[in-house]
Amino acid sequence: MSAPPAPTALAQDARSSASGLAVLGRGGPPPWLRRAGRIGLAVVAFGTLLYLFIPIVVVVVFSFNEPQGKYNYVWNQFSLDAWTDPFRYEELRDALVFSFQVAAVVTVISAVLGTLMAIAMVKYRFRAKGVIGTILILPLTMPEVVLGFSLLTLFVSVNWARGFVTIVIAQVMFSVSYVATTVRARVRGFDWGLEEAALDLGSPPWRTFLRVTLPLILPGVIAAALLTFALSLDDFIITYLNSGKDTTFPIQVWTTKKSRVPPQINVFSTAILVASIAIALLGVYLTNRRAKKLGA
Amino acid sequence: MARNEQTGIRAARWYVPYLLLLPGIAWLGAFFIVPMASMFQTSLDGGLGNYSTVIADNSEVIRRTFVFAATATLTCIAIGYPLAYFIATRGGRYKNVLLALVVLPFFVTYLVRTLAWKVLLFDGGPVVGILQDVGILGPDEGLLNTDIGVIGALTYNFLPFMVLPIYVSLEKIDRRLLEAGSDLYASPFRAFRKVTLPLSLPGVFAGTLLTFIPIAGDFVNADLLGSDQQTMIGNIIERNFGQEFFRPELSALSFMLMAVILVAVLVYARLLGTEEIA
Repeated sequence: MSAPPAPTALAQDARSSASGLAVLGRGGPPPWLRRAGRIGLAVVAFGTLLYLFIPIVVVVVFSFNEPQGKYNYVWNQFSLDAWTDPFRYEELRDALVFSFQVAAVVTVISAVLGTLMAIAMVKYRFRAKGVIGTILILPLTMPEVVLGFSLLTLFVSVNWARGFVTIVIAQVMFSVSYVATTVRARVRGFDWGLEEAALDLGSPPWRTFLRVTLPLILPGVIAAALLTFALSLDDFIITYLNSGKDTTFPIQVWTTKKSRVPPQINVFSTAILVASIAIALLGVYLTNRRAKKLGA
Repeated sequence: MARNEQTGIRAARWYVPYLLLLPGIAWLGAFFIVPMASMFQTSLDGGLGNYSTVIADNSEVIRRTFVFAATATLTCIAIGYPLAYFIATRGGRYKNVLLALVVLPFFVTYLVRTLAWKVLLFDGGPVVGILQDVGILGPDEGLLNTDIGVIGALTYNFLPFMVLPIYVSLEKIDRRLLEAGSDLYASPFRAFRKVTLPLSLPGVFAGTLLTFIPIAGDFVNADLLGSDQQTMIGNIIERNFGQEFFRPELSALSFMLMAVILVAVLVYARLLGTEEIA
């Protein structure tokens, strides 16, 4: 009569060890399926990266092409001609210079206006903060063509000639929001007590700003300024609608696309790409050094 | 975030924050809000009829614009989510390198990036050649001037805007939640579906806004890579703004585009249950 319990115990044992296995395997799909899932994920991820990467490779490689005819769309043969004669097309060079001038002005104005707004939004408590936050975000939620076209209807209705000034106006309009958002994220958690301490110790307000506030918010402002500069160089749609006869680099590419697409376009783009990567790496290096310094 | 800003200090003089905000807000007021009002007013020149005219004249273009934008956005989610997930979970010490690769396209001007697609999609080009060899494309078929070509380039151009916010939201997820899930016998798939996916939806939402909105207003891709059969709303505005830009119809068209996008965003926010973001 002592025998009957045994099978039950065995069965229980078996069941618990089975569930033990289940815990090891955490249930669900068999290992081969999970492995397949893992590999599948990696394949999709690298495929997507490749998709992002290939057009950039095309831009760089085709700067070394010697195209047959006026369009640099089909590979013909390797050549350094475009690199040794980058300024062959004056209008392209002038457009690039113009783009940099616009970007410089836009960056300075946006950095100042955006930083002031970011400080106000983070540092102070005041009414209308919600409304102002919404106004700041709104331009980022509209298609460029709508922003650009609405600005154009304003310039037309007040009979304002389009050119350098209207391009700057248009670009600052969307950059200010980016600067304010970027700087705001960086100065959040900033210890405003430091400012008060300086003031209490008799430092005049302008000196407090230069010696205390500015150094602390500067990394955020520089990051925002670089972003603005890049956005300005890159912007096409809003700028194009408000440019009149003035021509930035993208506009020049656009207006001559039906008549000529020379490899010099690729040369400039590659040069800007390399410079941007260099600046980004420098930024990472400086940030790391600063972090190390602060940590030490 | 909101809490932090609630505790902001009260300025010694009440007008200080307003003074700091004044230049920026004045700029936005004069060159963002006033133009919107000006455009709306222009769109009503000659009455509400502008809207019905413009919608009737361009119904096919309008439909196509939103189909393209929706397709490209969904494709961005379909391939951008796995990439973001891969970087967040398997990136290890290469995370930053992989993220840098994702934003690399932004270092080449938008227009030039899109022109590179012309090289890739050319009838005698490599992509068409491979697809013809595999049999996906017939011997006389190409990719330039097709819906697929334009949607593919649109997807490419805005994909980083999808990957980055999804990555950020995945990165924020507390790993212990997943461990708790698996301790409670959830399969990895179930843990993903019940924990990871819901917590990453804000990222998908932000990514959708950042891709759908600019795609719906784009005219560059359809112009460079498409034909009349790929014309989008942006192209109509781009082709006509120079000669008769005071034309109230174009204002009506722009305003309609904006309104549809706003409604779509609100509906989408409600569906995803992430209203606090909108």
